[in-house]
Amino acid sequence: MGVAIAVQELRKNYGALCAVDGISFQVDEGEIFGMVGPNGAGKTTTIECVEGLRRPDGGEVRVLGLDPQRDGRALRRIIGVQLQECALPDRLRVGEALALFASFYENPLPPRTLLEELGLADKVRTPFAQLSGGQKQRLFIALALVGNPRIVFLDELTTGLDPQARRAMWGLVQQVRERGKTVFLTTHYMEEAERLCDRVLIIDHGRILALDTPENLIRSLGAESRVVLTCQGATDQVLEALRAQAGVTRVERSGEQVIVYGRGEGLVATVVNTLNAAGRPFRDLRTEQPNLEDVFLTLTGREMRD
Amino acid sequence: MRGLPQLILTQAKLYLREPIATFFTIFYAPLTLILFGSIYGNEPTPMFGNRGTIDIGVPAYIALIIVTVGLIGLPITVAAEREKGILRRYRATPLHPLAYLLSEVVTYFAMTLLGVFLLILVGRLGWNLRFEGNVLSVLGGFVLATLSTFAFGFLVASLSPTARLAQTVGMVLAFPMMFISGATIPWEILPGGVQRVAEFVPLTHAVRLLRKLWAGGSWGEVWVSAVVLAGVLVVCTALSARFFRWE
Repeated sequence: MGVAIAVQELRKNYGALCAVDGISFQVDEGEIFGMVGPNGAGKTTTIECVEGLRRPDGGEVRVLGLDPQRDGRALRRIIGVQLQECALPDRLRVGEALALFASFYENPLPPRTLLEELGLADKVRTPFAQLSGGQKQRLFIALALVGNPRIVFLDELTTGLDPQARRAMWGLVQQVRERGKTVFLTTHYMEEAERLCDRVLIIDHGRILALDTPENLIRSLGAESRVVLTCQGATDQVLEALRAQAGVTRVERSGEQVIVYGRGEGLVATVVNTLNAAGRPFRDLRTEQPNLEDVFLTLTGREMRD
Repeated sequence: MRGLPQLILTQAKLYLREPIATFFTIFYAPLTLILFGSIYGNEPTPMFGNRGTIDIGVPAYIALIIVTVGLIGLPITVAAEREKGILRRYRATPLHPLAYLLSEVVTYFAMTLLGVFLLILVGRLGWNLRFEGNVLSVLGGFVLATLSTFAFGFLVASLSPTARLAQTVGMVLAFPMMFISGATIPWEILPGGVQRVAEFVPLTHAVRLLRKLWAGGSWGEVWVSAVVLAGVLVVCTALSARFFRWE
């Protein structure tokens, strides 16, 4: 598999502020590559340097072998871009927008099919200003795809969408990849990166904190799973019995709620068996797996701010 | 220049969907003509060189349409498209930057032409408008005056960071020019002091050029005005190219 994007020591300052501080990474062809981090981490600056919309202060960027600054227009023929901040004229209709953008490319996809796939077929005559947030985002994806690009850039695709629209959007991104395209996206939702991306780059203050598959990132933490349950008869004795089990690292109680921390596959069975053996009924049992949110917390010592 | 025809078509549709802009470009000048025509008629008077109010009004109103479109409509649209991020979106496609600029010029030119056509039609049907010039010559003068004013408008759009500022600057420049250049009030009626100031206003030269050519005058009689307009065109185009920003 070839290299779609190669970034070496990319650097970008805004006045005294260093937005991107010498980062390097590669994106392979055909993968969904995600860049996650809090607002202001340097995601948009990075993606716009790669698209050729911003001029880097240092470092080297190659996209499908092209230099985005020198070969900008040649590059924009083979990439599709969804920008975080942009708009269309209020009175431009959906169908017109797609026909217009299709005319910019050599081998565009048929607009009609694209609109059907994105669920906008009944909005062909709707002016841009009358679309909902989710419909606007879908239209922007359609505009990013209409040129039949090899790489699709999606910047903060689902920001401002409700959870249902967000899940629908994930399905769309997966469809894009199934057509053999490379997807480079940014998000500040850890869940999104975890569910969608083959590889995730975690960025904060313009520096790379980690870069790997979501599974590896989580595993590398060696983070604990949690079993949370409600048990009225959780005496100190019962808690001791739980602590003594193999795989259990910690047990906490607060009121009737008990949290058992541990590693390994059989944590739930261990907890259930121990409580049954002690004859203590319990309810509301749930497990919590470590996720990228925990990875971020571990790497930075703070929560992702939204 | 892939995409240019589709972009022109789209811009034209969008323009016609703006009711206020459409009214001002296409109907405002003909309605003004009807108003003044009803008051003064089109009887020849010695003050206007034995021509009527309508005869001298139509070429002046052509300049009025040009300045309304070029100095008010165009800067607002371009600055608003930039402010909203529409230009940014175009920039992320292979569309050639020149194609965008051309599409705006062609669209606004076509709209201006439409307004002029309607104006002449009203003058002709309502007051038997006299035309003593050479059609090609007048058309040439119209193209020069229009492109020169559009370049001025583009410069306003290039230098204004927001649409609101572009609108304010455009209006502050356009309205005084309209009244002292002879585009609304006939030049002959203006006080001498105002006339002297108006010599420094590009629109005065557009009005003079169009009126003269319309009445059968030659380019030799209005070469100063032609040079002024050509100068404005060149300088404003160069400055716009230097200062234009996509975002």
